[in-house]
Amino acid sequence: MNALALVLLVPLAGFLVALFIPRNAPQNSRWWALLVSLLAFIDSVVMVARFDRGSGGEQFAIDLPWITSPEIHFAISVNGVSLWLVLLSTLLTPLCVLISWRFIQNRVKEFYAFLLLLEFGLIGVFLAQDLFLFYVFWEVSLVPMYFLIGIWGHDRRIYATLKFFLYTFAGSVLMLAAIIYLYNRAGTFSYAAILELLSSGRLVFAPGEQLLLFLAFFLAFAIKVPLFPLHTWLPDAHVEAPSAGSVMLASVMLKMGTYGILHFCLPLFPTAARACAPWIAVLAIIGIIYGALVAMVQPNLKKLVAYSSVSHLGFVVLGIFSFTQIGLDGAVYQMLNHGISTGALFVIVGLLYERRHSLAITDFGGVATVAPWLSTVFLITTLASIGLPLLNNFVGEFLVLQGTAMANYTWTIFASIGVILSACYMLWMYQRVIYGEAGEEVRSHVGDLNPREWAAVIPLIVMMVWMGVYSQSFLPPVSKVNAHVLEQTRINVPFRVERFPSTRPEVARAR
Amino acid sequence: MPANFTSAADLIRFLPEIILTIMGTLLMVLDPILNRRSSYAFGHLSIFALIVALGGSVYAYTQAGPAFGGLLVVDGFATFFRVLVIVVGILTILPSYRFLQRQDAETSEFHALLLFSVAGQCLMAASGDLIMVFIGLEISSISSYVLAGYLRDDKRANESALKYFLLGSFATAFFLYGVALIYGTTGTINLAAVRTAISGQNAPEPVIIAVAAALMFVGLGFKVSAAPFQMWAPDVYQGAPTPVTAFLSAGPKAAAFAVFLRIFMTAFDPVGGDWWPLVWGSALLSMTIGNFAALLQSNVKRMMAYSSIAHAGYVLVALTARSDVGTAAAMFYLAAYAFMNVGAFAVIGHLSGKGERYQNLDDFAGLAEKQPLTAAMLTIFMLSLIGVPLTGGFFGKFYIFKAALESHLVWLTVLGLLNSAVAAYYYLRILVMMYMHEPSDAASKVEPLSLGLRAALILPAIGTLFLGIFPGWVLDFAGKSSTLVR
Repeated sequence: MNALALVLLVPLAGFLVALFIPRNAPQNSRWWALLVSLLAFIDSVVMVARFDRGSGGEQFAIDLPWITSPEIHFAISVNGVSLWLVLLSTLLTPLCVLISWRFIQNRVKEFYAFLLLLEFGLIGVFLAQDLFLFYVFWEVSLVPMYFLIGIWGHDRRIYATLKFFLYTFAGSVLMLAAIIYLYNRAGTFSYAAILELLSSGRLVFAPGEQLLLFLAFFLAFAIKVPLFPLHTWLPDAHVEAPSAGSVMLASVMLKMGTYGILHFCLPLFPTAARACAPWIAVLAIIGIIYGALVAMVQPNLKKLVAYSSVSHLGFVVLGIFSFTQIGLDGAVYQMLNHGISTGALFVIVGLLYERRHSLAITDFGGVATVAPWLSTVFLITTLASIGLPLLNNFVGEFLVLQGTAMANYTWTIFASIGVILSACYMLWMYQRVIYGEAGEEVRSHVGDLNPREWAAVIPLIVMMVWMGVYSQSFLPPVSKVNAHVLEQTRINVPFRVERFPSTRPEVARAR
Repeated sequence: MPANFTSAADLIRFLPEIILTIMGTLLMVLDPILNRRSSYAFGHLSIFALIVALGGSVYAYTQAGPAFGGLLVVDGFATFFRVLVIVVGILTILPSYRFLQRQDAETSEFHALLLFSVAGQCLMAASGDLIMVFIGLEISSISSYVLAGYLRDDKRANESALKYFLLGSFATAFFLYGVALIYGTTGTINLAAVRTAISGQNAPEPVIIAVAAALMFVGLGFKVSAAPFQMWAPDVYQGAPTPVTAFLSAGPKAAAFAVFLRIFMTAFDPVGGDWWPLVWGSALLSMTIGNFAALLQSNVKRMMAYSSIAHAGYVLVALTARSDVGTAAAMFYLAAYAFMNVGAFAVIGHLSGKGERYQNLDDFAGLAEKQPLTAAMLTIFMLSLIGVPLTGGFFGKFYIFKAALESHLVWLTVLGLLNSAVAAYYYLRILVMMYMHEPSDAASKVEPLSLGLRAALILPAIGTLFLGIFPGWVLDFAGKSSTLVR
């Protein structure tokens, strides 16, 4: 069977079976979820191994007719970018199962069922090649997350989950209108067919029309990213979500937005995207600096990491709207980096919360003396998040800044401030949590990592180092896709800023 | 014509109504014989009657064509709505076994009236003539008025029935004035003939046609609870016994929309350019009033009443599109809406307890812990009402707005979709209550699910998911039938 179909179907089948596990056997639910998510992971590794990196284009395509009128296909395939995002989702799901093993004691069966449904929805978003199908997955992934935050979250979980759902839902209904409009114009939901119509000139949008369609899509994606000033749902959702929810939300769900921009907004509406680029870049830069400044003054660990996400995702958006090969490569790489390092941060914060039952930074201090290994892991993750060379974020941020510099040097200067600020708030937080005198509470409650927790953090640490040292394992297929995207955005517009030839040697030397 | 006025084919085409009327009458006759011996006998009999009528309407479709000289038209469109209202009837009776027992109100009238009402709706769906529309409307409505006040000791039910009756009669009168005007100016009440008469060379004064259309719009607008004629719905829905509310929100509404589509897409289609702004406004108003008022409600039945006003607005969007796609979209949506709404009301009735005490939002707290299956089913219905993909509600909405965009109603589409985002809030509140709060009094006291209720929850849930995942079958049938209206 097609490896891609399995990656998608294993979590779905796992979810359906999980519904029928008796409620009074929580251990069965845990093991089942672990088994299913590991299967999905192994399967996605197989898929990555079989992926033909020479082409980087859409592969493993499946196209089944679903609904005849209007014609909707169950069309999925994977390209050099979504490949890694799928791997990221399947890697993080088993880790989320592990970190929830003890923490979730209440309604265990439902928790793991929703987690598997979430995995299904997220993977589907990255694979869908039919706009209707894409919207279906987009919305389907919303429902399990709504329950994950709302049922297993902290005190203000209901407020947070409603805000999360309504923000995203309201943003995406306009995207639905735009999708229907596209269908009425193009006569198909097939993404490839629409691109074909666009490039052959058989489908042409008037400038105003294109701008509105772009904005309808972009609004849905920008809310998800989240782009300043649409980010206000994110800190609430992150703070209130259980650790697993935070990890999936930060690491994978936010990438739905950036992936959407890259995969749909740019190729479909190139003129509008380029016209809006300066505005969006300014918002991204504001997000970078604002997110960092707000993170600096947060008394709550999770809120700090949440605002750091706003800042980091600003880099991704900035990279995309630099419209340079290097910038786009950096943006995609930064999407993956953020998934790994912020995922790890949320895992660690979750571990701290499990021990101390508090998220307030002032409740910690001196953790290093009682939990040296936990502190070491935390240190590596913190440094990765700051962007220390040899760790993953450095590569991504560097590429983004380089790409941005080729487009507009002023942007780079302002964005670089974010890099400096991230070192300030992360290190300061690390210092307050880990060093100093260990209080009574910390000494009695905070223990070091147990084997299950080791199993949850080691893969992430390995990835941080791997991605930081040898980005060549990941970047070539990404570059191929991005080159193609750039090619598509050049259809209607003369290309303005490309002074560098966008070929591999440049990127390689830059690194 | 009188010679073959009642041929065998005519009778076959009239089969569902015949079956339902006979069985309804039989139930009333059997009342003294069966009463108190087997409390479920009436329910079983009426479900049997509805299933036979279901078979009857399918059989009638095999003999499709006009009956009684054009008074009835049995086509795909009529059959679609006949099947729909009969299924709604079945889904109303399933949860009402326990409900009626709990309120000490098991008599044959409930079931007989229900069957008569369904018969009236079948007639509405199949009528090809304004007089038949009127007769069907009256049979359906008068039974519904009585059903709304069925719990006679309940003050709210009495208020509900009286309000429904008074305002309903008004609306019917408006409708009848419209019919009279049409007959006076064109000399015919056959829908197809009216169409020819007003589009031909000797078309009557357009003002009179416009006034007639407007009067009929008022009457039908009332029946489907479209704004600005929605005032009665919250009180009636809240006061009526819950199974009756479920029925009112799905059956009569679907039938009234069938008539709406028939009259406006067949008879008044030539003057469509004149009436569509009216429907446009009514659609927007219904969606907005319904959704925003529902945000403020704490009584779930009342909230669902406002929600049903909003959903009438969505269907009116499809009507505004004035195309075959729009008609098909309205048909599909009404089917999806019937499933999700009847299912949701089954849960509300199940939870409400004796004397319907527990109808508040707070009473849903913790239901997921006490009765996970019930909560899960209600979740499906709520997600479908919100319009989340893989449910019938989503596909219905998608199809409606697709039709609207095809007819270049961009603003109505955008406003309608934004409306559906607003609506998400109040449906989600129920989910919040069920899953994210400690169990309430009502949830702790909730009875175990009886067999009938289990069926009344699971069947609509399957229907909702089926329409969301495999909409093709129903959609294709609706698409084929939608062209037959004209």
